[in-house]
Amino acid sequence: MIHKFKQNGMYILLDVNSGGVHIIDELTYDLLDYVSDPPAEECPQAAIEALSGKYPAADLRECYAELYSLYKDKILFSEDDYEKYALSAVASPVKAMCLLIAQDCNLRCEYCFAGKGDYGKGRTLMDFETGKKAIDFLIQKSANRRNLELDFFGGEPLMNFNVVKQIVEYAREQEKLHDKNFRFTITTNGTLLSDDKIEFINKEMYNVVLSVDGRKCVNDRMRKRVDGKGSYDLFMPKFKKLVEKRGDKEYYVRGTYTKYNMDFTEDILSLYDEGFDQISIEPVMADPNEPYALTAADLPRIFEEYEKLSDKIKEIRANGKFINFFHFMLDLDQGPCAIKRLRGCGCGNEYVAISPDGDIYPCHQFVGIDEYKMGSLNDGTFDTEMKMDFARAHVYSKPECRKCWAKFYCSGGCNANNYIYAGDIHNAYKLSCDIEKKRLECAIALKAEKLLDTAE
Amino acid sequence: MKHIKTINKANLKQSAEKGGCGKCQASCQSACKTSCTVANQKCERDA
Repeated sequence: MIHKFKQNGMYILLDVNSGGVHIIDELTYDLLDYVSDPPAEECPQAAIEALSGKYPAADLRECYAELYSLYKDKILFSEDDYEKYALSAVASPVKAMCLLIAQDCNLRCEYCFAGKGDYGKGRTLMDFETGKKAIDFLIQKSANRRNLELDFFGGEPLMNFNVVKQIVEYAREQEKLHDKNFRFTITTNGTLLSDDKIEFINKEMYNVVLSVDGRKCVNDRMRKRVDGKGSYDLFMPKFKKLVEKRGDKEYYVRGTYTKYNMDFTEDILSLYDEGFDQISIEPVMADPNEPYALTAADLPRIFEEYEKLSDKIKEIRANGKFINFFHFMLDLDQGPCAIKRLRGCGCGNEYVAISPDGDIYPCHQFVGIDEYKMGSLNDGTFDTEMKMDFARAHVYSKPECRKCWAKFYCSGGCNANNYIYAGDIHNAYKLSCDIEKKRLECAIALKAEKLLDTAE
Repeated sequence: MKHIKTINKANLKQSAEKGGCGKCQASCQSACKTSCTVANQKCERDA
């Protein structure tokens, strides 16, 4: 399988199964329309007839010979032989957990997937006993996995910060006893940050995700306080302080764009101008009837914006400055292995979420959906059948993914979004797929430009 | 080659043969939480 596209003034050819990226000329781009998979040894007569008005036949044959030699080298039209890995690797240990430490929030963001913080289940905080059980569960189910991830999530985790501290302390004790390495992350709206919380977070958290949508006007339209006022001025100085004191440790400012700010490049640049250089801004996932929801009709505008963002990022880097946009990050040589790419986030299999009352769900987005409750820390139940269903939800069991060129980059998309917006974890949520594919094309093109100078 | 420049190692197949150790981060934990981009994760096999 191949995918060809034009981006940043280049013609790019991706060989899906080998991961090969080739920069091609216009002739090759046109000729590929007539090349079968696998290709025949000789240039098809149909291609010569169709294209000889535009290109000399000798050039077409020369180009075809190049394509054929790449095929023989197995970096073009290479075979898809990964399904065997998908079918065999099913019984994974659990290595990552999202703790809904606070099923409550002090903001009332319009687009919140978590029902403005309470997941439709009432406002509650997790107690330390439940947190302890969660740590024990993770250690017990992690088998030989050493690196264990724990994300403090909400609602707003800082509303229950004492319990966060207690859980971290407990996990640090336990990791020594069981030869594990806990990596904590916290996702926060920042409004309750104080100097001592910043100090603790920067010491203990491997990564911090700071929620902000970009420009003050954009942020405050969606991310509101309980009294309806905007939140920007409340958290922004605190975010700056946290990042300034964080040194080289990882963080992201992470926001959501909606129909109201399809010019989201401006939001990314606004965050950059405020001093943040690790940025993730994502499309809102919402009921299409919501006024802020993105729809298929918005896609041309969104695609145009990603191209604009791509140009801006190039401009910043050309001036010797650093900026990282999460969704344009791609390592074309040393990225995750093909096996990792078959199943994506691993939710319900390697990754679970725990609600404040100790219920286990496949991930934070499934919390509150009763049919996806996997068990409880309180009675020791854990639905291994459901775990197996998620383990089997790989790119070969998702019909749309199976035939998609992007399957080894998005790995089947978000199972929760597939379920909520497309009716089944195996169905592709097309809007999300289309956006993901455009981001990938931009990401590959950005990388390709950089690598082009050193190419053979 | 005159018409085509290959710019990377195209080593996805080799990665499968030695892959699957599971040491890497769960992708959704890093910075997305609502969508999935796995290809931007780091391989941690030798970490």
